[in-house]
Amino acid sequence: MRAVVRVAIAAAVLLAIYGLRLGVEAAFTEYVQRIVLLAGINVILAVGLNLINGTTGQFSIGHAGFMAVGAYGAAYVGVKLAGPLHGTLGSGAVTDAVIFNVALLAGALFAGISGLIVGMPSLRLRGDYLAVVTLGFGEIIRILFNNATFLGSATGYFGDDPSGLPSYTNFFWVFAWVVIIVVAIHNLTFSQTGRSLTAIREDEIAAEAMATPTTRLKVTAFAISAATAGIAGGLFAHMQAGVRPEDFRFEKSIDMIVMIIVGGLGSISGAILGGIFVAVSLELMRDLQQYRLVLYALLLIVIMIVRPQGMLGTRELHHLLRRKKPATPAVPAERA
Amino acid sequence: MTQLLQQIINGLSLGSIYALIALGYTMVYGILKLINFAHGEVFMVGAYTGFYAASALGVAGFEARNQAFPLYLALLVLVIAMAAAAVLGVAIEFFAYRPVRSAPRLTPLITAIGVSLFLQNAGMLLFSPNPQRYPAILSEVRFELFGVIVTNIKLTIFAVALCLMLALHFFVQKSWTGRAMRALSFNIDAAKLMGIDTNRVIRATFAIGSALAAAGGILFGLDQITINPLMGVLTGLKAFVAAVLGGIGSIPGAVVGGLLIGLAEQLTAGYLSPEYRDAITFVILILILLLKPEGLLGIVRVEKV
Repeated sequence: MRAVVRVAIAAAVLLAIYGLRLGVEAAFTEYVQRIVLLAGINVILAVGLNLINGTTGQFSIGHAGFMAVGAYGAAYVGVKLAGPLHGTLGSGAVTDAVIFNVALLAGALFAGISGLIVGMPSLRLRGDYLAVVTLGFGEIIRILFNNATFLGSATGYFGDDPSGLPSYTNFFWVFAWVVIIVVAIHNLTFSQTGRSLTAIREDEIAAEAMATPTTRLKVTAFAISAATAGIAGGLFAHMQAGVRPEDFRFEKSIDMIVMIIVGGLGSISGAILGGIFVAVSLELMRDLQQYRLVLYALLLIVIMIVRPQGMLGTRELHHLLRRKKPATPAVPAERA
Repeated sequence: MTQLLQQIINGLSLGSIYALIALGYTMVYGILKLINFAHGEVFMVGAYTGFYAASALGVAGFEARNQAFPLYLALLVLVIAMAAAAVLGVAIEFFAYRPVRSAPRLTPLITAIGVSLFLQNAGMLLFSPNPQRYPAILSEVRFELFGVIVTNIKLTIFAVALCLMLALHFFVQKSWTGRAMRALSFNIDAAKLMGIDTNRVIRATFAIGSALAAAGGILFGLDQITINPLMGVLTGLKAFVAAVLGGIGSIPGAVVGGLLIGLAEQLTAGYLSPEYRDAITFVILILILLLKPEGLLGIVRVEKV
């Protein structure tokens, strides 16, 4: 019975997104639609990054690297899949949907595997090593894509077609994936595994003493987080004609960190708000390009000094609205 | 054989620059357990201060007249840059790190990333994002030694770095402040109970580390000919890896790590491909984290509650 209800809810949500898509495409200019799509992609990035940086208390500052892996992976798989699938299934909306989603999942898989490779050595140790290793990884991956001739080197990958990558990404797919990822990460965060992740954040030694397999959980959470960044990368890649290495510079990682810190480290709804905030503020600051990062940097420092827990702290919006006590413990007290 | 010797000489001079920067990382980490991400930017500001100081002292005039820049003026440039960087380091500590010193570990780390970003972008606004040619505060003299080309610049880099490192060694081992630094890195609370003014010692640590980074910045400018506001990112990272390789918190470790990273980078560039010279550092980082996370000269410390 519950399964039936769940399927019904899922179908209703997808229908609602489809309806919204028609509404958005009719009501807004392409310019606004693009910002809406970017906001959706940001939400995926922020919610995914929050799992590792917020919930687990580790710190990745190179998530743009995983996004790049997902973007290139999805673009490449999509292009290589299009030929054979168009041959067997015929060309149409359904085939395109199949190609797109398989490509996205492939991108997520590549990103997840690179997350495992990066996470396994660095997560055995204390969290701040992860910061350095991910920073290095983000740089290396860009050097690799810059030199990978089969992926177009520095010019970027535009597929085999002269018009560039097919623009599969639209409102429906972006927000369908937003819902899937937000629900999945929410369920994970409030599951037993999620509690263990929070325990690692609060006190790793105590968690280990309670027989929590800390390293395994940290690496798993990191790989999941990398895979979600991969999905976002795939969606991003199919929003424009191609993927270029310079789309995934260090600034992109900083954008992601600003998203989760503004909203509140450890809060899913905070990450959603932060993702939207960054998408909108990037547009508003378009004319201030060269001051943008100075302002972001100051914002980071000031938030850390004045309100390190961000807007929501570790609380969730719906807990606040229901006036319920937070399900996860609040920010830890001062520790020596 | 001569090619190998040549690469080793280049590697050692590059490595001694990394070692100078790594000292700052390792000293701050030893005391505050903080990766001072802004350290690479202090190095950058040091290089730029040297650049402007040299211009103010009229290096262009000497160049135009084809004269060598006098040695005492070159030393003055070095001292000015080191002093400016020391002030910057102390200011960063005071305004950004001190308010969050007792917060959970992630908070200072994010603050440090914020400071680093701020300085990079402020640097791009102030100094222009374009690379600048570094003034010739030392005019290059080449000579050959057993078929290997050695320049006075490489030798100076090595000599200056060596002198500064020896000075630091004696300071940390013999002076009162140096002893207090070691006490703080051993146990900051116990040091406080023994009447050590921890704020003063932390300030001194930042000042010294930053001054060394500025010296590294000037040597880097001499060695690599151009500087730009983002030069601190990759160089800072490599120096940090050097500190981890040698054992973070260990001063001799930072020196050994720096020299090894410089050598590895030059040998990769010479024998594999110049494109991978930046990547090798991170391969080393991942290997050391997997095999010997406490570093070559680090001490294994048991985690305590």
